[in-house]
Amino acid sequence: MGKRVLVIEDEPNIIQAISFILSRDGWSVDTHSDGQTALDAVARRSPDLVILDVMLPNRSGYDILQDLRADPATADLPVLMLTARGHKKDRELAERYGASRFMTKPFSNAEVLDLVREMAGG
Amino acid sequence: MPAGALTGSRIRERRSFLRVKQADLARSVGISPAYLNLIEHNRRRIGGKLLIELARALDVDPAQLTEGAEAELVSALRAAAAGDRPGQSDPAPEPERIEEFAGRFPGWAGLTARQARRIAMLERTVAALTDRMTHDPFLSASMHDVLSTVTAIRSASAILTETPDIDPEWRARFHRNIYEDSQRLADGAQALVTYLDGAETAETGASSPQEELEAWLGARGHHLPELERALPATPESILHEAGLATAAARSLAQAYLARYRADAEALPLQPFLAALAEHGPDPARLAARFGADLPVVLRRLAAVPAAEGEEPLGLVICDGSGTLTFRKPLEDFPLPRFGAACPLWPLYQALSRPMTPVRAVVDLPGRRPARFLTYAVSQPAGPPGFDAPPVFEATMLILPESRARLPDAVVLPVGTSCRICPRRNCAGRREPAIVAEEG
Repeated sequence: MGKRVLVIEDEPNIIQAISFILSRDGWSVDTHSDGQTALDAVARRSPDLVILDVMLPNRSGYDILQDLRADPATADLPVLMLTARGHKKDRELAERYGASRFMTKPFSNAEVLDLVREMAGG
Repeated sequence: MPAGALTGSRIRERRSFLRVKQADLARSVGISPAYLNLIEHNRRRIGGKLLIELARALDVDPAQLTEGAEAELVSALRAAAAGDRPGQSDPAPEPERIEEFAGRFPGWAGLTARQARRIAMLERTVAALTDRMTHDPFLSASMHDVLSTVTAIRSASAILTETPDIDPEWRARFHRNIYEDSQRLADGAQALVTYLDGAETAETGASSPQEELEAWLGARGHHLPELERALPATPESILHEAGLATAAARSLAQAYLARYRADAEALPLQPFLAALAEHGPDPARLAARFGADLPVVLRRLAAVPAAEGEEPLGLVICDGSGTLTFRKPLEDFPLPRFGAACPLWPLYQALSRPMTPVRAVVDLPGRRPARFLTYAVSQPAGPPGFDAPPVFEATMLILPESRARLPDAVVLPVGTSCRICPRRNCAGRREPAIVAEEG
């Protein structure tokens, strides 16, 4: 496939696991851990898909999502939001701000693969 | 009219108890049975000579016929009824029979009032706990942490199980990750449990911090001799003895004690009591005599002890939003425990006219005719500055009739809080009353 995904998440072991399974599925995986500089990372890597955690150091995932949607270059970029289970408000906000899909922690590897494949195919 | 609204009921009850016929009682006091019947059904107000004669005929003190149940109990029952949400088929409490209920069944009425207070307290506890679950930053961060760690463990362990041909280096890395994450999960869970255990014993908002402080001040009679001395006790030692349960109440108390001490320094007890004896509780004269600000004098008048046999003075303070921030109620001038007060209070007149002192005679509805002389003034709270608009605070001193010569002024009809106020056609009404409105 050779498509690029950018994982914006601050939990190193989640980054490693997601990187591992997506790489094996043929994705080229970049990672980023800081909220403040996330937009620069998106501009620099120009990924085909972004996996974005809600709770990041220095800047919230929602703010990043809003900026992505406001910029014509990234307005249509598929964004998969990661939220914490049980936070209904998180889901509502993610939808309102224009997340393409969202996934609640703790998710399974199969869910990640299915969703990412579906979003890339769509 | 409220005064002795149920005098008739009490006469009837006393007469039935003595097994005296209506006609006999009427004859013995020289009125017609029909008229007595009207009196007994509270359709005619009586007073003076007839009341005294009826009391003598019934062998009771006239006051027992007119005063009836404790005002505080009645007011607590009104508040309980105000909070009631009867279902469709439930009969609502009968507001016009509150005094009768309190008078005839003081024990049961007391139980109802206490239960209503307890329910209100528990409701606030639930609200506080719900609030904590929703907004507590520690809980929400811990939750996120636990879920993230669980996700990492789940993901890594799935990779190890589902990838038989995994590179040994990667396998070692995921093993290490799982080990680290399980450690973190254990620590996080432990911290969460400790926190929740602590929360159980800590502040659940069983009573609001303000109420906690007011209960303590009430028990101390609102007078703190240890702060009147030339070398006052430290706030810490007073707080220690006060034994306030919550940190929020202690912080309120700290601010209160600091202000109390500043007031006591501006108006030292002995000279102030001497001036009070000379001029009476006249805030303007006392302010001029000591060169003090009016709010200080008002607060001080409520904080110095009342002389033997004198009724205490009430005090209420509100911030710019009208929220009551301090309450020293009087027996006959109850102050709302929650929610907003009567917008007709001179306190709010003062708030809308900052720096202009307001003096007004007010009349509270219900029960005995209750008139009070009030002094109110609104001034900026805190030192003046150029960088922010001033925040105003209004203070109102409440003098019972026994402590003040009422000036010859228009009497202002006010209430306590709309829900329990019977005033009809009131411009200040926010919501319908649940008590019977005045005729």
